Amino acid sequence: MNRRAFLATTAAGAAVAAFPAILKAQGGDTIKVGFPGPTTGPFGALAKDQQQGASVAMEEINAKGGILGRRLEILFRDDQLKPAVGAQRTKELIENERCEFIVGGLAAHVQMAINEQTKKAGKLFISVSQSDEITARPDWGPLTFHEALNPTITSRAVGNWLAQNLGKKWWILYADYAWGKQNNAVLTEVLKRQGGVLLGSTPYPLGNPEFSAHLPKILAAKPEVLVTMTPGADNIAFLKQAISFGMKKEMKIAQPLHWLPQLKEGGPDLYADIYAGINFSWQLEDAIPEAKNYVALYRKKHNEPPGDYSAYAYSAIHEVARGITLAKVVNSDAVASALIANPVYNHYKGKQWWRACDHKAFQDLWIVKGRERSKMKGEWDFVDIVQKVAASEELDRSCKEKGFV
Amino acid sequence: MAELTLATLAAQAFTGLVLGMILVLLAIGLSLIFGLMTVVNFAHGSLYMLGAYLGFFLIGYTKSFWLALVVAPLLVGALGFGIERFLVRPLYGRSIDDPLLLTFGLSLVMVETVRLIWGKIGLTLDPPRELAGAVNLGFTYFPLYRLFVIGVTVVVLVALFVFLEKTNVGLIIRAGSRDPLMVKALGFDLGRVWLLVFGIGTALAGLAGILAGPMRGVYAEMGVTIIIESFVVVVVGGMGSLVGAIVAGIAIGEVVSLTTLFAPKFAEIMVFIVMALVLLVRPSGLFGESGLME
Repeated sequence: MNRRAFLATTAAGAAVAAFPAILKAQGGDTIKVGFPGPTTGPFGALAKDQQQGASVAMEEINAKGGILGRRLEILFRDDQLKPAVGAQRTKELIENERCEFIVGGLAAHVQMAINEQTKKAGKLFISVSQSDEITARPDWGPLTFHEALNPTITSRAVGNWLAQNLGKKWWILYADYAWGKQNNAVLTEVLKRQGGVLLGSTPYPLGNPEFSAHLPKILAAKPEVLVTMTPGADNIAFLKQAISFGMKKEMKIAQPLHWLPQLKEGGPDLYADIYAGINFSWQLEDAIPEAKNYVALYRKKHNEPPGDYSAYAYSAIHEVARGITLAKVVNSDAVASALIANPVYNHYKGKQWWRACDHKAFQDLWIVKGRERSKMKGEWDFVDIVQKVAASEELDRSCKEKGFV
Repeated sequence: MAELTLATLAAQAFTGLVLGMILVLLAIGLSLIFGLMTVVNFAHGSLYMLGAYLGFFLIGYTKSFWLALVVAPLLVGALGFGIERFLVRPLYGRSIDDPLLLTFGLSLVMVETVRLIWGKIGLTLDPPRELAGAVNLGFTYFPLYRLFVIGVTVVVLVALFVFLEKTNVGLIIRAGSRDPLMVKALGFDLGRVWLLVFGIGTALAGLAGILAGPMRGVYAEMGVTIIIESFVVVVVGGMGSLVGAIVAGIAIGEVVSLTTLFAPKFAEIMVFIVMALVLLVRPSGLFGESGLME
């Protein structure tokens, strides 16, 4: 081996040996946010929408020079809609990938599992889907934040509006599990306070495709409003059957939420005239400048308008960035304190704020109604925005009711 | 609780009848196959699902629900031919568990394949325009499409009855399920009869699938729960008994519907309570002959 060859070999060897160090140095320069979500499974479409919203926020932040001069990086992981997997992925994100912040989770039970891990590791977690427990004791932790609406707020807002505008004689049909039961309890209470009459309230097993046996007695009872909690595939099966029994003509049908991927799947023939609450709809771009900005960025990147759940993820990533900028340090405790000290923010639909006691985000929501096919402008124009329900802490349980003194 | 009237009860009984009809179509196929070949076909639910998906595909392709209603079950039946000839047949003469495991595995393969082709998100299938909307039956509004489902099932059942009771092939099938050895000794090719029966059974599952699609939506897991209910119907009616499948199918549909009216929380469990009670009194089911399972 001559000298030249020796030098070349050792130089290459040194480069190879140094390479991981180079990678590591670059990795240290980015600020990492872990993002678990059920990209496979029945909520896959919603989870994908959330990821896309988070990516839009990341690119927007990085295009403006990052945070404290560092790039933001989001690490997406599939939690398969299983609490155990969600916990494992979160642990890996924190311990192996060194994520200082976790944003994500879809479905209440997986959020809880993620939250347990972030609490244990002392990392900030911003949850981006519905849950009442996550901001109540004993589940809540000092670094737990909740960007999404929750069943109490949604059902109180929607329930009040329905009772005041569509009628006070109701029937409630709900999937017999946590989310369905919670909404049923809140709606029942709302109706009582509004002086309405609950003609009946029927549970059905979640995942049941056949509703016909429930329908004749509801038809016979003649409620003014039928409120249903039929999540996932059940929603489409239920509406199909209710419509085939002529129920749309006999009563108003409402549900706590519309989801854009679901509206797309079921189409206007099913969803026309169905009332629901929604945290965001892209048509708000006409009225709200921040919405216009978000919808434009999202459309540019993904060639379709953003869904309602993507907006939660978009806003939560921006809140992580805002917190770091305020705290001037990449540290969960400091960021949490900074956000609570400066609770007001506005990323996509107007003013929102964090409540100090439980770190719940308060925000406007809207009552929407499914559009008829003939009135749709473009393939994504599924809803009419009927009314805004302004953000109010009154709509949620109080700090005391949630176990905070 | 709404006032309980005769009209409500009648409406409830009618919805139960439709639930029963889909179960009858599935259970008859299961029972036919079991009666002749003692094969417990676990792939039946997936074939039901496949009928709905093929229906969706054919409607998109031909724009005709009516054509799809005929062709989709035939395609599923053709697939049934293939399953019997190449997968199940080598297992005859072995333990009853072997074809059961095979068809169970096959059902998982079919679900995954459908997810690969059509995606994980469900599809919606609309009833044809002629059958959209509800009719006033006097005591309630009832979807026209559901009446149609009752009609189709009755027609298919009558046709099946005539085929089995009045034709020579039907005679051989009935004889084959009583005493296959004797039928073979008489010089009949039982292999062709097996093929035919497996094909008819699976085609009925496909028909049930495309009929159920416009009512319940089309998704890869749609066969998972209904296969269990169908087995309950077969067991309650008596393994291998066609009359049993019809009676038990309608009975289970009515049980679900009427329990939903009075105590919706118990509608699911009631199906199994009925099965347990029937088995306590008649261990071979309502119309079953003893000894088939040994």
